[in-house]
Amino acid sequence: MKSAVVQLPGLNRDRDMIAALTKISGKAPVTVWQTETEFPDDIDLIVIPGGFSYGDYLRCGAIAARMPIMQAIKEKADKGVKVLGVCNGFQILVEAGMLPGALMRNASLKFVCKEVKLEVVNAETDFTRAYEKGQIIRCPVAHHDGNYFADAETLASMEGNGQIVFRYAEGTNPNGSLNDIAGVMNSRGNVLGMMPHPENLIEAAHGGSDGRGLFASALDVVAAAA
Amino acid sequence: MTIPNSIAITPELVASHGLKPDEYQRILDLIGREPTFTELGIFSAMWNEHCSYKSSKKWLRTLPTKGPRVIQGPGENAGVVDIDDGDCVVFKMESHNHPSYIEPYQGAATGVGGILRDVFTMGARPIAAMNALRFGAPDHPKTKHLVSGVVAGVGGYGNSFGVPTVGGEVEFDPRYNGNILVNAFAAGLARTDAIFYSKAEGVGLPVVYLGAKTGRDGVGGATMASAEFDESIEEKRPTVQVGDPFTEKCLLEACLELMATGAVIAIQDMGAAGLTCSAVEMGAKGDLGIELDLNKVPVREDRMSAYEMMLSESQERMLMVLKPEKEEEAEAIFVKWGLDFAIVGKTTDDLRFRILHEGEEVANLPIKELGDQAPEYDRPWIQSNGRAPLPASQVPAPADYNAALLKLVGSPNQSSRRWVWEQYDTLIQGNSLQRPGGDAGVVRIDTHPSKALAFSSDVTPRYVEADPYEGGKQAVAECWRNLVATGAEPLAATDNLNFGNPEKPEIMGQLVGAIKGIGEACTALDFPIVSGNVSLYNETNGVAILPTPTIAGVGLLPDWQKMARIGSAREGDKLIMIGADGSHLGSSVYLRDILDTIDGPPPAVDLAAERRHGDFVRSIIRNGQVTACHDISSGGLVLALAEMAMASGKGSKVSLSEQRGPAHALLFGEDQARYVIAVPADLANFVQANAESAGVPFRPLGTVSGDRLAIDGLIDVPVAELVKAHEGWFPTYMD
Repeated sequence: MKSAVVQLPGLNRDRDMIAALTKISGKAPVTVWQTETEFPDDIDLIVIPGGFSYGDYLRCGAIAARMPIMQAIKEKADKGVKVLGVCNGFQILVEAGMLPGALMRNASLKFVCKEVKLEVVNAETDFTRAYEKGQIIRCPVAHHDGNYFADAETLASMEGNGQIVFRYAEGTNPNGSLNDIAGVMNSRGNVLGMMPHPENLIEAAHGGSDGRGLFASALDVVAAAA
Repeated sequence: MTIPNSIAITPELVASHGLKPDEYQRILDLIGREPTFTELGIFSAMWNEHCSYKSSKKWLRTLPTKGPRVIQGPGENAGVVDIDDGDCVVFKMESHNHPSYIEPYQGAATGVGGILRDVFTMGARPIAAMNALRFGAPDHPKTKHLVSGVVAGVGGYGNSFGVPTVGGEVEFDPRYNGNILVNAFAAGLARTDAIFYSKAEGVGLPVVYLGAKTGRDGVGGATMASAEFDESIEEKRPTVQVGDPFTEKCLLEACLELMATGAVIAIQDMGAAGLTCSAVEMGAKGDLGIELDLNKVPVREDRMSAYEMMLSESQERMLMVLKPEKEEEAEAIFVKWGLDFAIVGKTTDDLRFRILHEGEEVANLPIKELGDQAPEYDRPWIQSNGRAPLPASQVPAPADYNAALLKLVGSPNQSSRRWVWEQYDTLIQGNSLQRPGGDAGVVRIDTHPSKALAFSSDVTPRYVEADPYEGGKQAVAECWRNLVATGAEPLAATDNLNFGNPEKPEIMGQLVGAIKGIGEACTALDFPIVSGNVSLYNETNGVAILPTPTIAGVGLLPDWQKMARIGSAREGDKLIMIGADGSHLGSSVYLRDILDTIDGPPPAVDLAAERRHGDFVRSIIRNGQVTACHDISSGGLVLALAEMAMASGKGSKVSLSEQRGPAHALLFGEDQARYVIAVPADLANFVQANAESAGVPFRPLGTVSGDRLAIDGLIDVPVAELVKAHEGWFPTYMD
């Protein structure tokens, strides 16, 4: 499996993401800069990491969603390549129209960095195969705008299609998201966006490795604990 | 609106620049003529207290700044300390007090931005940040607004920049009602063979301006920060800078990329006094003149005057001297990151600081004298009289120990700071091993298999007020102790000295006393001061803050797998106190928060005992014999036990039967050089024998068990109830 990490000015969890992909797959991802217009042909997984692309000015992810690289990401996604957006990456995918809904300011109006519990709602995806349906995992969040919103009709259809992949569990919803939504995918099932940071919980030094399963699934490797 | 450079220099104009008549006379003597308006601005920027340290320099020189691991002490953008394997840690703490009171969000944000820039200017990638914040009384009408703005500002900048905030302090006291304190710390990691300095070398080389454009924000900021506040404070808002963490993140990446090309000869960030201070510093240090052409400076506003450009404190800017043959390569890197790159001047051999604007020479000053010959004062000072001893026998015991403990853990100053640090990204970079809430923040060095660094920031201002010398010692000792409590070897510290008006002999006495105490403790503990900052004139309408010399220290853990935490005790572990029985209630939290009085001297710090006890605790942590560790500080033994119980969620059964003295002194006494450790039951005797042979006092306290904290017949309270009180205060107050 070959992965790529997208680098845009202002993204700041790219190094965390590169470290996680490298540690779990044993192979460093390629990095792709904002002005590039294509990915290597044999790429299997494209990751847009977290941060504050372009300062999150205007609206989180809004400027990034209009950069040249996004066209290349869309083309790859249309061909079935897996795309993962975490935190700002999720916001960018939503702004780019690659995922439904919107991410509003947290209900508390404050940035929040803490550990939450996630329920794996759909374990039959390319990103969650290593987990079991209904499994509760630990995962940190760190964001200011993670309050997921979609209109009732969209929401109902996403729920029905199995597009809700992760939900905040056990009363740990940190941002007011509708239906406790933490991560969603497109109807085709190859684009996943999520606010929590699985890349920050993959080894003993992080105090746990619940996040490994996601990368192991996406990279098609065995999810052995570190 | 532009004031012409040729405007007449009146005594009123001089005074409004914060220069005293004798200081102005010194300028006249130095240059042999009346200064231009721009020159007056430059002098005011260089000679104010904030930039020149004119009141403190004499005493700062007495601090120990050298040691076998010190690569760079005070005088550069940040201190540099060797951490083996060719790695070094670059760190400093700096205040942004005045601006944060005037405009809390931007003041705090740019405080964080400034200290991060100091660190990466030296070639280090920032890996950790801390913030020591002090606010007025919780019921003061401005406090809530200031807390909310400062915390949002710290988070807004640090989170976006991408550095984990791993520690800090938040305190309330009515003495900060008119002057809050925002002390920002940052540490970065560099290679010892790739450290960058501000000293320019070589004549005729390009001086390059990098980063964001220059605007009118922050003009006169450093001068504002060197004055007391009064009713006119609202008018000072334009002197506060506006931060842009996005640009700073790009600037970090661009600078590190540029440094790797070998193009950089000298680099200096533009902080206080902006272009003026950075250019003078680079030239003066390298014995070179600097000529700047302001028409080449990237600006974001039209028709800026030379005066405004030289005094602007717009953020996210850097000045460099580059190797001419690398100019193109350097420019390409900055273009890639969307940042300005402009050659704005050159180094010269005449030791003059020459400023050209619109084809006219608007300033021509001797560069060495601007920096080195700033006025330096030996201000009169009087030693604090100290306070009469306060034996525990004269202090009443609480009627209800449970109620007293619950009140303390839920009080404004001892309650959980979770509300604050959950607004900071404490995890980014994936290396945070210990986050806020313990003794020290710990960050692993991800280029090394086992190394980690510990960070702590400490001072007990009520002690410093009661006795500046002992209080200064205690600030250092507590910081050192917090690092030890993780198992780290304390390496070096940075000091951020916050005081009132030094022109008052009693305030100057506080500063002198505290520096003497800090110096003595740093010497005794081999904990040199490698960087720092002084913030004076923290007064409003003549009322000064509590003297607050914040000490932030860095420690090294060779193997983080053998690290102690506050909350990792296991059921059945034995709890042991290292250090003497509690006896000292003077200047204690018990006195202040339970009895509502302020009395008595602070606890004396026996530095030899501090060292002996700390060395012992570190050795048993590293031997893997300790499951949890916490230092005893404000609130005494009982608060330490309660904090350990809340962090682990486990209760304990404790007896004071092995200790001598009145129970309230044993529990609430704030005697120094003490720790509580948890050890596996089968190791307790072994650890005791080792303590005895090391000459370290050892008191068995009891056993970790159940879900209640029970101490003899005095205290019996469910841990859940402690947690509820502890976690409740801050959110209830703020939300």
